[in-house]
Amino acid sequence: MAENLTQIYLYTRYERFWHWFQAAMIVVLLITGFEVHGLFRLVGFDLAVRVHNFVGIAWLIAFAFFVFWVFTTGEWRQYVPTTQKMFAVVRYYAYGIFRGEAHPVPKRKDAKHNPLQRLVYLMLAATLLPVQMFSGFLYWGYNSWADWGLDWLSLEVLALVHMAGAFSILVFLVTHVYMTTTGHSIFAHTRAMITGWEGIEEGEVQDWERPVKPTCET
Amino acid sequence: MMPIRWMRIFCVVFVLCAGAVLAQAADEAAAESAPGRTMARQATQDVQGWTTVDHSRLDALKKPFASGKQVTEACVSCHSEAASQFHQTIHWTWLGTEPDAEKRMGKAGDSLNNFCISANNMQDKSCNACHPSWNGQGTEGEVNCLVCHGRQQINWTEAFDDLNAFSGSDDPEEQQIVADIQADIQQAVQSVILPARENCGSCHFYGGGGDGVKHGDLDSSIAQPPKSLDVHMGVDGKNFQCTRCHTTVRHNVAGRIYSRPAAADRKSLIEDDLTAKITCESCHSATPHKAGSKANDHTDRVACQSCHIPLFARQNPTKTWWDWSKAGTLQDGKKYNEKGEFGKEVYMTIKGEMKWEKDVKPEYFWFNGSMNTLTIKDFIDPEKIVAVSAPVGSREDKNARIFPFKIHGGKQPYDTVQKVLLAPMLSGKDGYWETLDWQNAIEKGMQALNASYSGSFDFVETTYAFPITHMVAPRDNVVRCAECHTGQGGRLASLTGFYMPGRDRTGWIDTLGWLAVLGALAGVALHGLGRAFSRKGGKES
Repeated sequence: MAENLTQIYLYTRYERFWHWFQAAMIVVLLITGFEVHGLFRLVGFDLAVRVHNFVGIAWLIAFAFFVFWVFTTGEWRQYVPTTQKMFAVVRYYAYGIFRGEAHPVPKRKDAKHNPLQRLVYLMLAATLLPVQMFSGFLYWGYNSWADWGLDWLSLEVLALVHMAGAFSILVFLVTHVYMTTTGHSIFAHTRAMITGWEGIEEGEVQDWERPVKPTCET
Repeated sequence: MMPIRWMRIFCVVFVLCAGAVLAQAADEAAAESAPGRTMARQATQDVQGWTTVDHSRLDALKKPFASGKQVTEACVSCHSEAASQFHQTIHWTWLGTEPDAEKRMGKAGDSLNNFCISANNMQDKSCNACHPSWNGQGTEGEVNCLVCHGRQQINWTEAFDDLNAFSGSDDPEEQQIVADIQADIQQAVQSVILPARENCGSCHFYGGGGDGVKHGDLDSSIAQPPKSLDVHMGVDGKNFQCTRCHTTVRHNVAGRIYSRPAAADRKSLIEDDLTAKITCESCHSATPHKAGSKANDHTDRVACQSCHIPLFARQNPTKTWWDWSKAGTLQDGKKYNEKGEFGKEVYMTIKGEMKWEKDVKPEYFWFNGSMNTLTIKDFIDPEKIVAVSAPVGSREDKNARIFPFKIHGGKQPYDTVQKVLLAPMLSGKDGYWETLDWQNAIEKGMQALNASYSGSFDFVETTYAFPITHMVAPRDNVVRCAECHTGQGGRLASLTGFYMPGRDRTGWIDTLGWLAVLGALAGVALHGLGRAFSRKGGKES
């Protein structure tokens, strides 16, 4: 199989940096967050709170750069959801992968995400992570609620939302880490996210994968 | 190509690590200069005591004294308003300032406690040992200024009794005794000071009839405390006297709490340079910790004392239980005492059963600065534990903060018909300590208070709360976050009605969350196993 692969430069330096930086922050936030929640004792409550607050605010700021990058580079198009080939992808992971079939939607420079990934990452980047960051920010600003006119908020409800978000992210993390092993080799996708170079099988570019021509390109 | 790249990565990592280390070091440096600490230090620069009066050189104090009254007259001959000022204060009247025609708050009034229960309208004479009058005469007598202002404490009653017994004698030996006593009296009268810890402590350390009986954060260990026992009063530290915080206006000493708080406002000296220094915030401000510290976010709802006094009675034990119902047992027909592990009485025929504790963890309650204290006129529910004194406040009360308390439990007599607490007379020839006769002691005690008694009594379990505010521990010994922010028996486990991170959780979201995570793990495990087996099979075929 490997001899048919073509190496393409799929992930730019900033993307790779952002991926791993965000991954590290999320892992730290999960660990310290669960410690603050009282699930285990690792670094101590007060250090966990301080780290969680610091990393959380750092994430919020760094995420703003990511949003900027996504829109200025046009990479947002990678997140536009589609139903085409969705069934094929689902079928592949549920059935074809066990029979050694080829992935129905090989990666392309301008289509890094298969239809399933598009949907999941859109939900993640546009909904789950912002909800988590926003609820975390409100949690962090608890003492200012009265000043912000938010004293009707319930910390219990907010904590519940934040916990639900944390569990959702953990579920994603488990699945995501597993899915990285479904490449041509166990570590192929991981290597690609480190070096930027992904080995892909030759194949035809789908129509829907072609970039939409911008109307006024500068 | 590769080495340069690795060098670059190394440099980035190095800079990040160095930054983190520097940030940590800066944090530690900032902790040294927490703004509230700096402020307090500035507000309390060491005062070089100075005065324009040397009392030992005043003629008014060089003459012979034959009675306490003459001493007071000598003081008032210069300090003309001192006695009349003092007569208006709670230290003299033992009455709260709250105008309430029905109930007179205070020891001299209708208030009760669960120690010696009542002063019986000042007629239980043993209580007067702590009244700042000569010979325990109470408000009938003259002010003994030297209780608070004398460096040398002598037994005045004995000294004047002996002096008067021997004076006028022709015996040269007895004349010498008179001269010696007079010299002692004059020396004591001439050594006038601002009140020191020992002066205040001569009563406040021994409240309830013994060292450390009442307060828990005030006992004889505070007279010369090490800094580890109290950062403010520590003799190896700032060596504060009581009056450093208990500031005084016209002999009214700040800090007494009945139904009114010790301080009406939370003000620092920056906001009002003449404010009483009775609160921590007076000198330390409302945000004393370094900027950005989570501790500063707590000061609106958690009193400083809650974290900074992790344990009280750290050197001497304090009494935590006093069961009057066990009193009256004789041994070989005689009254007896029995001592326990701290060398303190755990049983006394005249007082009943007692418990003592050391290094006590406070109990925490919402507290707006006022205490609710029962009087002989308040009805009780004897089916429940009766709170003779309890802090006022709730989470909904904006002025209330979580505050540490010593809770003293016990059993004391109540009227089974009228459902009020009773005030037995304890000392004197008709007192319980002499007669061991409850019925008679209660009748006498209630008569002294002009209160009715049905004639039928029993004992009820009660509690009495003392705010804990002294024995502030060094910074390194403060209560750690996780001692409250924990789901397993934390210090604030009993305070409900609000969500506290680390302590509280919404059970179903945790259950649901973990089910989802386990589901994901099981799913990927099965999927992975499926791949492993099918691929192997695939290759073989």
